[in-house]
Amino acid sequence: MAQIVIKNVKKQFGDFTAVRQSSFTIEDGEFFMLLGPSGCGKTTTLRMIAGLELPTSGEIYLDGEEISQRPPSERDIAFVFQMFALYPHMNVRKNISYPLVSQGMSRDAVRSKVAEVSKILGIEDILDRPVGGLSGGDRQRVALGRAIVREPKAFMMDEPLGALDAEFREHMAEELRALHDRMGATTVYVTHDQLEAMQMGDKIVVMNNAVVEQFGTPQEIYDKPATMFVADFIGSPSMNFLKFHGKLGTGASALPMHGVDFDVPQTREPFEGDMAFGVRPEHVSLSGDAKFRAEVVATEYLGTTQIVTLNTAGGDVKARISSEQPARTGETVGLEFNPETITLFDRQSGRALKSELNEGVLHG
Amino acid sequence: MSSFSVTEPSNRTKWFAGTLVILYAVITMIPLVWIALTGFKSPSDAIAYPPKYVIGSDSEAGFKPTLEGYVNLFTTRTRQTQEFLDANPPENWADEIVRQYDMVIVGPSKFGERFLNSVIIGFGSTFLSVFLGTLAAYAFSRFKIPLADDLLFFILSTRMMPPIAVAIPIFLMYRQLGLSDTHLGMILLYTGVNISLAVWLLKSFIDGIPTEYEEAALIDGYTRFQAFYKVVLPQAATGIASTAIFCLIFAWNEYAFAVLLTTANAQTAPPFIPTIIGVGGLDWPAIAAGVTIFLLPVMIFTILLRKHLLRGITFGAVRK
Ligand SMILES: Nc1ncnc2c1ncn2[C@@H]1O[C@H](COP(=O)(O)OP(=O)(O)O)[C@@H](O)[C@H]1O
Ligand SMILES: [Mg+2]
Repeated sequence: MAQIVIKNVKKQFGDFTAVRQSSFTIEDGEFFMLLGPSGCGKTTTLRMIAGLELPTSGEIYLDGEEISQRPPSERDIAFVFQMFALYPHMNVRKNISYPLVSQGMSRDAVRSKVAEVSKILGIEDILDRPVGGLSGGDRQRVALGRAIVREPKAFMMDEPLGALDAEFREHMAEELRALHDRMGATTVYVTHDQLEAMQMGDKIVVMNNAVVEQFGTPQEIYDKPATMFVADFIGSPSMNFLKFHGKLGTGASALPMHGVDFDVPQTREPFEGDMAFGVRPEHVSLSGDAKFRAEVVATEYLGTTQIVTLNTAGGDVKARISSEQPARTGETVGLEFNPETITLFDRQSGRALKSELNEGVLHG
Repeated sequence: MSSFSVTEPSNRTKWFAGTLVILYAVITMIPLVWIALTGFKSPSDAIAYPPKYVIGSDSEAGFKPTLEGYVNLFTTRTRQTQEFLDANPPENWADEIVRQYDMVIVGPSKFGERFLNSVIIGFGSTFLSVFLGTLAAYAFSRFKIPLADDLLFFILSTRMMPPIAVAIPIFLMYRQLGLSDTHLGMILLYTGVNISLAVWLLKSFIDGIPTEYEEAALIDGYTRFQAFYKVVLPQAATGIASTAIFCLIFAWNEYAFAVLLTTANAQTAPPFIPTIIGVGGLDWPAIAAGVTIFLLPVMIFTILLRKHLLRGITFGAVRK
């Protein structure tokens, strides 16, 4: 069981930079999510931790030991591949025993260890089957078995549910999380699915374009996004950005936007220029007499709640409100925003401005 | 079962395809069968017209099988006077066969030696081609090699003209190096010709094996070489088997260089077989016997590896 520290890690393939100066820390026993859109460098980061790719520069510490240039066999880290990569010429039992055989473990010890692991995963009855004919879920379990059987210091999982049917994914996600809770091993899990990351992770790193945008708990990332990208990528529907031009002093707790004064969390830095007023849909409320006016352009019924799309002077805004509250297309209403939840962004750089709300979360 | 299926061929299609395959097999088998039969005929039956092709029958087209061809192939014989023949009764069944021509066996022919040369040179160069080819193909497939594309092109370019075009330089070079008429020389030569095919064929097979398998092995605590040996090689068995068959067939059948470069010591079977000359005209049964025996190793080798070829094909179909 182990802590993993990633420090200024960078990876270049020729002239192409796949990962740019990334730093984050994975605490012992955490279920850690690497989240980001396709091609942002998640797999590359994971492969560097496992030793399948060597960083161009930077350090990786496993339990305080610098390992970034060591071969994978000397790292004691298990890896679950996206397409599982079960050895096709071996049956299930051989696949699971394979990491133990390399350690020179005795036959009897291997047998009992494989039996133990297959019991945990519920695959005792397929041990002697070839891996070719297995269902997606069973392949997944065998791949997990091969990873957990040697009790490594940490697990790397590259979109392990990506190859499964949507129906089965949820079930397997629960199984995975339960397995983690039972073993308590440090796990780094790559996904491009923000919902999966929010549901399963203790901590999340959000990557975009080879850069770590933010890392923290799911709540921190959801409530206190560090960049417009994170705010937009996480949550469905994503955060609203009202565009305006404004000026702020340090310590301000209200600001004018399109002629209306809004309360915001007290600012911690001055700013002047193009800004975005970030507010989550559930923190937008409709009230008849509020000063900030908006026209309802669409409503989407979701059972207990509805998503109302409104047109404002700052652009379109989505509000998640109770289905019982009437909202008719074409109607003009007033909008109010929950002041404690507001994040202001510099639209030029996409960076969140420091405030009372997010000062503990932002780094660098 | 529905009466119509997209994936399952209809009975008529199967029947048609089956007929075609059998027809083709028969056509290609006829010369082989003819050669095998001729090996068991007497010289006069071998050139009889109309031809004889029914074993043991008394009819017009029948012939009595005899091992004469095989005896002639494996022995050298001399003609003897009647007194000598009378004084020395036949020593064994083979001797008895040659007595009908007033001859006695005086020793083995060169065929056994030549055949052994073929085996050593054919299998030796096949092994070397596949061994070097696999290592090179793996390196080209998995590692960043400077100028990899140029090197691959260079390797292929060695096959852009018929090898025999460089026969004279090779002949002179081999004489200088003392490789003429040696097993090593022929093994190196055939390996040199086959290696480009081996590298290219094997590279495409190894390219088709996902790198995740080796990476999984690396993660599981194996070294790069162990991963190659235990995970990649079994996956590449199909490719290795088919490459080996191609290499063996070339080296086994090669005639021109063998004629040019080998004489007394390392001569292979192909240049030897035509030199089997009988008494009063070509000894067709002996030649046919030689060809039959000559064909066997490649046939057996292919049949042994056939399982791998077929397995590979079905495996690939499932995996994709
Ligand atoms: N071996 C490689 N050589 C060159 N480019 C690569 C290599 N591996 C990954 N890349 C590139 O690096 C970028 C990040 O890839 P990856 O880490 O796989 O992204 P993700 O897993 O987030 O989808 C991609 O643009 C990909 O094309
Ligand atoms: Mg990926």
